[in-house]
Amino acid sequence: MSRFAFGPCEQCEEMMQPYLDRDLDDDQRREAEAHLDGCADCRRRYRFEVSLRRYVRTAAAEQQMPPGLKERLSALRTPLH
Amino acid sequence: MSEPTQAEARRIAEEARDRIRFEEEALDLSDQVFRVARHLVGSREEAEDLMQETYARAFRSWRSYTPGTNLRAWLLRILTNLNIDRGRRQQRAPQMTSIDERGDYYLYDKLEAADGKPLDEERVIERLSQGSIVDALAHVPHDFRDVLVLVDIGEFSYADTAQILDIPIGTVMSRLHRARRILKGELAEEVVP
Repeated sequence: MSRFAFGPCEQCEEMMQPYLDRDLDDDQRREAEAHLDGCADCRRRYRFEVSLRRYVRTAAAEQQMPPGLKERLSALRTPLH
Repeated sequence: MSEPTQAEARRIAEEARDRIRFEEEALDLSDQVFRVARHLVGSREEAEDLMQETYARAFRSWRSYTPGTNLRAWLLRILTNLNIDRGRRQQRAPQMTSIDERGDYYLYDKLEAADGKPLDEERVIERLSQGSIVDALAHVPHDFRDVLVLVDIGEFSYADTAQILDIPIGTVMSRLHRARRILKGELAEEVVP
């Protein structure tokens, strides 16, 4: 019996994060994709989650290393004798 | 008579070469290590201090690094241990009791309700950019934030994250799940007043 036989969108919410993490087995993944194909609301939520993860990664990457820090780290190297 | 001296000189030269190679590789990774460090602590100044402590320790104990293994993970293991040593334990107990956790769709639902129509991708990024990811992450309790930062920002695998933090892989997964929910709650507070 389909995992989506009861409350398909609730099941979809449960599987959304593991789906994004590629953490579902083949059957579960196919089932999630079949549901996403047919459900515009869940598809929007899926795209939102993808955008959110990308946003977190790129916004965090904007934190550049302060100027001079690499030189200060380099100064910690063991001096050559 | 001169044989042992030459062998010894060669050994010293080889070791110096290995050490220099290690130091250069570690320094090449410093911007990536900083990006993770910055989100593990509260301020840029703290992140800088932590980086300096980390690299000082790494340069001292370079012999314990196995060449060919993941140097970025090795450096971050030192960094996360030092971060814990810096008194984070004092904060841990109260923080663990005050976790504000909502469902996976909490942020989506709040943004959609505020807009009064289904969200499109451009609008999502526009709305999220009104908040600060640094501030939102700072509100995620340390144990959860460490996992989130390593996986979602540092792009480490669950296995590497488990090794860096010295916790089971199942704990990585459960903390990550909760951390993402907490982060969404914090972002929702920022962008939907």
